[in-house]
Amino acid sequence: MTQRTITYAEAVREAIGQAMEADDRVFMLGEDIGVYGGAFGVSGDLYHRFGPERIRDTPISELGIVGAAVGAALAGMRPIVEIQFSDFTNQAMDQIVNQAAKIHFMLGGAANVPMVLRAPLGSGTGAAAQHSQSLEAWFAHVPGLKVVMPATAEDAKGLLLAAIDDPNPVIVLEHKLLYRTSGPVSEEAFRTPLGVSAVRREGADLTIVATGVMVSRALEAAETLTQQGIDVSVIDPRTLTPLDMNPILDDVSRTGRALLVQEAPGHVGFTAELAARIAESPTLYRLLAPIRRVSGLDIPIPYAPQLERSAVPQVEGIVHAAEQLMKESF
Amino acid sequence: MTDSPFASAESAKHALRTMWKTRRFEEAVDDLFARGLMHGTMHLSIGQEASATGACMALRDDDAITSTHRGHGHCIGKGADLVRMMAELLAKETGYCRGRGGSMHIADVDTGNLGANGIVAGGIPIAAGAALAFQLRGEDRVVACFFGDGATNEGAFHEAANLAAIWKLPVIFICENNKYGMSFSTEKAFAIEHIAQRAAGYGFPGVTVDGNAVGEVYDAVAEAVARARSGEGPTLVEAVTYRWKGHSKSDKNLYRSKDEIAQWRSKDPIGRFEHDVEQRGLLTADEIAQVRSEALEAVRSAVLEANSAPDADPADLLDAVFAKA
Repeated sequence: MTQRTITYAEAVREAIGQAMEADDRVFMLGEDIGVYGGAFGVSGDLYHRFGPERIRDTPISELGIVGAAVGAALAGMRPIVEIQFSDFTNQAMDQIVNQAAKIHFMLGGAANVPMVLRAPLGSGTGAAAQHSQSLEAWFAHVPGLKVVMPATAEDAKGLLLAAIDDPNPVIVLEHKLLYRTSGPVSEEAFRTPLGVSAVRREGADLTIVATGVMVSRALEAAETLTQQGIDVSVIDPRTLTPLDMNPILDDVSRTGRALLVQEAPGHVGFTAELAARIAESPTLYRLLAPIRRVSGLDIPIPYAPQLERSAVPQVEGIVHAAEQLMKESF
Repeated sequence: MTDSPFASAESAKHALRTMWKTRRFEEAVDDLFARGLMHGTMHLSIGQEASATGACMALRDDDAITSTHRGHGHCIGKGADLVRMMAELLAKETGYCRGRGGSMHIADVDTGNLGANGIVAGGIPIAAGAALAFQLRGEDRVVACFFGDGATNEGAFHEAANLAAIWKLPVIFICENNKYGMSFSTEKAFAIEHIAQRAAGYGFPGVTVDGNAVGEVYDAVAEAVARARSGEGPTLVEAVTYRWKGHSKSDKNLYRSKDEIAQWRSKDPIGRFEHDVEQRGLLTADEIAQVRSEALEAVRSAVLEANSAPDADPADLLDAVFAKA
């Protein structure tokens, strides 16, 4: 496969373009995705390539457009909804949680809802508490939704194409700080299966499991830790639902140490589920130190840059936690 | 699409049969529940049969509907199988939802019923979306979207109405105004006289009809369907009717008087239609009696057949959450 370096946002756009070229049922709807090109520039030139019917600008009407996607999916289309900020999914929760997630099960399998809802999540842009949340655990808690958090440009494309193929509602949470990051991405319309964790780095001493933008922070922390003689694995689950625990359990069994990192507030977060799964498995007996979590503070995301920075895990915080974990080991 | 209920003896029989099947089905459900033979909850539309029947008669087989928690009439109107409906309510494996949905979630995709809905107004944006799918594919199918008076105070109604208006979607919004959102009367819930007036705010026609007159409902919906099919966009049809029974099983009718209920019972949509077709010479008293007994027999045999089906099986519940690729 031919690879070139493109941005995460370009990778998302390429996936949508290739899916739309291959399948007339695929169309996109969302606010300002047309001539404007999307609030984060993701849809870009798709409007000019595919026209206003299939790159469908909508009024500011999240409940309406997510519901329209549910209905279109039920009637045989493959809609991709862009919600401008993942915080705004709150406006559409009935259609996501009560409708899309439950229809297949509730109707005894008589129908399914093959739709994708893409939304940028996370802090770091100075947009304060209503534009910076990480709500992935909410979605992962609802049976019937698949939840995807691509951490690289390659995954942004491959996971999205797999999500579009999937016969179920898939929530794809793209981190807004990643849109401008670049990486090698294959040109072909490749699929990265949902439910396969990626081992980003293998080390002997400690396993970091991280999601979203925390994957790159964990990798950066791993470099620093290497210089201190601490050899770190970094695993990116990539999809919260379905969740592929085996590589995580295997790696933690090998290193004996688990450091779980997420941007979202720690209380009842996704890493709590990871910790529980580790504790429920025989991996528990292989631990050399208690499981540790590094999470966002249990506060709304504040505006001021120094406050915002202190609200979510940074590289130095991950390094510090890893050092502590090594010291605590018996 | 069938002709008007008054067009011929055949269409009159169809309308009468559909209304009687709906009523007998719901009476059977009410009875089974009272005798402890059915669990859960359900919402009966007894007294409202004309709006569902009249609207569905104005649709083609390949048109779609979205329905509500009070949806048995919509289901039957669109041609659902009484046995599978009853089996669902009786928690049987052969039910429409294999016992996973119950009364509030019956769908029959084969007959174009995209599903009842337990969330007030939940089906309205879904109807707009299904209409968008038809429009995108260049099909001349339409979606009839049923909801109650209460739903029109939900944001979902307003957002879907606006999307349907700006995109000229082939959808017919059918508001079955039965005067109460659970216990809250339309007099208290609205500061306008007719819910149909709301359509003006979105730039499409709204019309109020007597929801207990099956012919009036048919005519209004047929006109709206013609508009939708020809690309002119949505219409709001408000069918004013009344539910004789309580909202659900917990209702003690504390919010309305016996007199009021009695007054509306005297406007029985089925009795009225029987009277009209007999007066017009479309059906004889014998033919009417025949339709009645057919409907009763159909429901009786549905109960018997459904009762003998196997109970819903919990074995594969975990595998039922996600559709397989």
